[in-house]
Amino acid sequence: MGFPILDVLILLPLGAALGMAALPRRTADATARRLAVGAALLELAFAIWMTVAFKAGPAHAGFQFTSRQSWIGPLGISWYVGVDGISVFLVAVTALLFPVAMASPRVERSARSYLGWMLLLEAACMTTFLSLDAFLFFVAFEVTLVPGYFLIVGGEGPRRGYAASKFFLYTFAGSAFLFVGILATNLLVAAHHVPGTNGSFDIISLARGATHLPLADQELLLAAFGTAFAVKMPLVPFHTWMPDAYTQAPTGGSMVLAGILFKLGAYGILRWGIFLFPRAAVDLAPVALTLAVIGIIWGSVVAAVQKDLKRLVAYGTVAGVGFIVVGLFGFTVQGITGGIVEMVNHGLSTGALFLVVGMVWERRRTFEFSELGGLQVNAPILGWVFIVVILSDIGLPGLNGFVGEFLVLLGTFITHRWWAVVATSGVVLAAVYLLWAYQRVFHGPARAINAGVRDMTWAERAAVAPLLAGIVFIGVYPQPLLSRIQPAVDHLVAHIEQADPNFHIPASGVGHANYAVPADQVVPVVSFSGTGGGGK
Amino acid sequence: MSGLVRLLTPLAAFPGASVPHVLSPTGGSCTIDGVTGQITGLCTAKGSISLPINYAALVPIFVLFGGALLLLLLSATLPRKSYASPWPSLPGLWASLTSLAGVGTVVDGLVQWHDVGAASVVPITLGDQLFYDHMSAFFTIMFGAATVLGALMSDGYLVREGLDGPEPYVLMLSASTGAVLMAQAAGLITLFIGLEILSISLYAMTAYHRRRAASGEAGLKYFVLGSFASAIFIYGAALIYGATGSTQYLGIITFLISNAVVHNGVLLAGMGLVIVGLAFKVAAVPFHFWSPDVYQGAPTPFVGYMAAVAKAGGFAGLLRVLMLALPTQTSNWRPIIWGLAVASVVFGSVLALAQSDLKRLLAYSSVSQAGYVLIGLQPGTPGGVTAVCFYLFTYTFMVIGTFAIVGVLQGRGEARNDLSSVRGLAARSPWLAAGLLVLLLGQAGIPLTSGFLGKWVVIAAAIDKGQYALGLVGMLGAAIAAFFYLRVALLMFMPAEPTTATVEAEVPAMAYAGSDLQSVATAGLTGRDTVLVLRAPPTSRLRVPGPTAAVVALCVVFTIFAGVSTPLLSLSHAIALPWYF
Repeated sequence: MGFPILDVLILLPLGAALGMAALPRRTADATARRLAVGAALLELAFAIWMTVAFKAGPAHAGFQFTSRQSWIGPLGISWYVGVDGISVFLVAVTALLFPVAMASPRVERSARSYLGWMLLLEAACMTTFLSLDAFLFFVAFEVTLVPGYFLIVGGEGPRRGYAASKFFLYTFAGSAFLFVGILATNLLVAAHHVPGTNGSFDIISLARGATHLPLADQELLLAAFGTAFAVKMPLVPFHTWMPDAYTQAPTGGSMVLAGILFKLGAYGILRWGIFLFPRAAVDLAPVALTLAVIGIIWGSVVAAVQKDLKRLVAYGTVAGVGFIVVGLFGFTVQGITGGIVEMVNHGLSTGALFLVVGMVWERRRTFEFSELGGLQVNAPILGWVFIVVILSDIGLPGLNGFVGEFLVLLGTFITHRWWAVVATSGVVLAAVYLLWAYQRVFHGPARAINAGVRDMTWAERAAVAPLLAGIVFIGVYPQPLLSRIQPAVDHLVAHIEQADPNFHIPASGVGHANYAVPADQVVPVVSFSGTGGGGK
Repeated sequence: MSGLVRLLTPLAAFPGASVPHVLSPTGGSCTIDGVTGQITGLCTAKGSISLPINYAALVPIFVLFGGALLLLLLSATLPRKSYASPWPSLPGLWASLTSLAGVGTVVDGLVQWHDVGAASVVPITLGDQLFYDHMSAFFTIMFGAATVLGALMSDGYLVREGLDGPEPYVLMLSASTGAVLMAQAAGLITLFIGLEILSISLYAMTAYHRRRAASGEAGLKYFVLGSFASAIFIYGAALIYGATGSTQYLGIITFLISNAVVHNGVLLAGMGLVIVGLAFKVAAVPFHFWSPDVYQGAPTPFVGYMAAVAKAGGFAGLLRVLMLALPTQTSNWRPIIWGLAVASVVFGSVLALAQSDLKRLLAYSSVSQAGYVLIGLQPGTPGGVTAVCFYLFTYTFMVIGTFAIVGVLQGRGEARNDLSSVRGLAARSPWLAAGLLVLLLGQAGIPLTSGFLGKWVVIAAAIDKGQYALGLVGMLGAAIAAFFYLRVALLMFMPAEPTTATVEAEVPAMAYAGSDLQSVATAGLTGRDTVLVLRAPPTSRLRVPGPTAAVVALCVVFTIFAGVSTPLLSLSHAIALPWYF
């Protein structure tokens, strides 16, 4: 089986987090930070190696680098991790964002506990993306709450305790549905004795069994899973914890909360919602799409009227989530691919945006637009970085956002035309609130108090550089991404088409982007069993 | 009625039940029921009376109660140089002897565990009064462990409070005896005897802190309400006897299988009263009213012990009665347990939110924990038995560890019981804070702790029976509960605040200002008077007695170990495997 790269990706930050806890009390913050960032950079190196070694092309649609150990045998639970085109870049962007979030912004409170929680969060996020066992997934999904809570509590905002509790309780209550849903799926599948299932929490076994459940059961189960993920993402009626959490957390915390943590929800709905219950997903797609479109419009409008830069960015993520969900529930190869690319993009852009916003905070100690203005004069580079990042978020061709949004809108237009049409207005609205924000912060007359603002330091430039590099690279040359993502998405779409005889992508072939799926790959769901080490 | 037939068959398959090998029916005028192994008449072999007694079943009772008697004997006969111990230079004598008895019980429980699988072993013994099976062995191990932990964490507390002596340990050992007896009981009478031994010991333990009025008050309250519950229980047992003609579980079920009970009002009333009696012991809503007061007043380490043992004992009784004696009445008792479970989870969690006293908060939390065990009991399946046993075992360690830490935090005389006493703990004693964090997260059911796995199996059992609503209520209750566990966890990381207190002092006693009093505001000018003092928050490292630290460490390690590994879960599964229907 070769080097267990995925286990290392999970255990390395976990071990580093425990190491942080075990450091002597009097360790200097700088030393602790060097150690933690060093561990995260090592993790990044492993992640890059894994991404490069990940085999692209239609022959490699299954899970690669899989690793499986029996864990809790009596309950059918195993340590089962693997990566496919859907998760590979999420892992990469996670590994990229964490060291930046740990290295760059200053932390007011105990640096050691902050770094320890960050590393634990990284381990939990990695596990969530890599897990192929529903129990392991749930464990990791829940464990993210604890470091998330303590990161928000360690923030600077005056209402951080309130925000942290709200974050924890909302997501924990949402997870109650996931908990019951996973157990119910497992037990119902076991009760139906579908051939090829083994009563375990293994995703392949669950997916085989779940597609044979009565449609009403599938819809209820998908609703249960979807509730948990919708709270985590957050989709519109479940989002009220989010602006508080993002604004009260420290800069690094907001970066990973917005950049990585909410992708767990979007990833979850794709991997554990649409994949397990494709028929129900097709039936419930109008609900999800409607919520997503409302989210796009509503998030943009509310963002536009914020008086506070960080809250504006926070509401902007609601709109971003909307785009991802619109793509995923289009059920075309372009739409889902676009949704995944959007997840990666959003990680980079939002991460960078919160980083830059944090830099503004460090200089001016305020997020109020009324206090800011004219920063461009003294901090031109900060201004330029900010404009590049928001243009990427808006979707300017040549930057990463364009690739994702284009695919999303194109893909969903094929199957769910009117939702895509309304969603398109979100692109315009994003330009409105982000450019207006830029204008209010960086342009205009420089007030006396803003005159002394210094520009980005070299350390800050070094921190933001990898994110900008990613933004430009994906925008200019997305092929390496698409070629790795697409085989898995082709598979998923084939799985949906096969599970739901009534579902067809109009104008045959259009849904399948650049190349046809080889016949032997399309056919049975069973072909997903070819999970060992990257297919043939 | 196929279920009833199913139920009968494994009974006959009891190894040894069909032919108790110790005696032969030829000697006297006795008959042995081939199904239940019940003996009627007098069995004699060569003129002497002989009953099939498996002494192995009695070993834990001998060890625990023998230990209690030994302690009493030693304290009565040894010359006493001080009240606390015959040899003041040898601290922790009583605690050591008690935990030795506990270790003996654990070891014997493990021996039993391996023993009971053998075919030649009689699973029911002492004239059908005691079970000798996996479940009794499992609970014996649990109670032995609780005794060890309880004794170790009591030592430091009792020394600090000046209460050291043999008596509390005697009470603890006899309480454990009663609990083991409850788990072994094969009939309502034996169950009642175990219940009473347990309860009366706990009443005395609750009231043991002589210098705290709250302790005596709690003891009296517990005693009055507890006796009432015991009376209800025994009345229920009497009604069941009246309805079925037996107090033995197997006698009851044999009657219920072989007779169609047309008018089952008396039986149902008896069943209801027995459930009420036991629900009181496990502190399920609406029979939980004693628990906050008792938890608040009783000496803290005893509360931890009581929370673990009384609950587990009560649930052992409920498991046996409901699933062994009354499985034909499942459709009648399941709704009752459903109601108790939902009420306990919801009210326990919600009421805990409003508490500002740490021990009261933990009391309500233990009410909601009882609700989760009831969720596992409700489906009435072997999977539910597994879940209940696993949950109770893990909860034992979590609750004992938590109360061990609380006992250290509150300081001499249980002076600081409010939530703010945990403030600043992370800065003062990081390891203790980390331990408390793990134990609280465990009780909240966060993954990678045993509490999560416990909730998982309990709710899996409910969902397996199609009880989706119950599972969902349980998890939403867990979300509410998580809030107050987190509140405590968060306070540990907050800086401590100065506390105000009113004390009686000589007023021109400004010498106070030298110690930990920052300012003294006087109400009068001369003589003794009440003064309001502002205490600086304690910043020094907490002094944790060695045995207490060991208890905390053990509980924390176990909470993580049982949350990520299988051995305990496999043991719990073995209990359900030969379940008797």
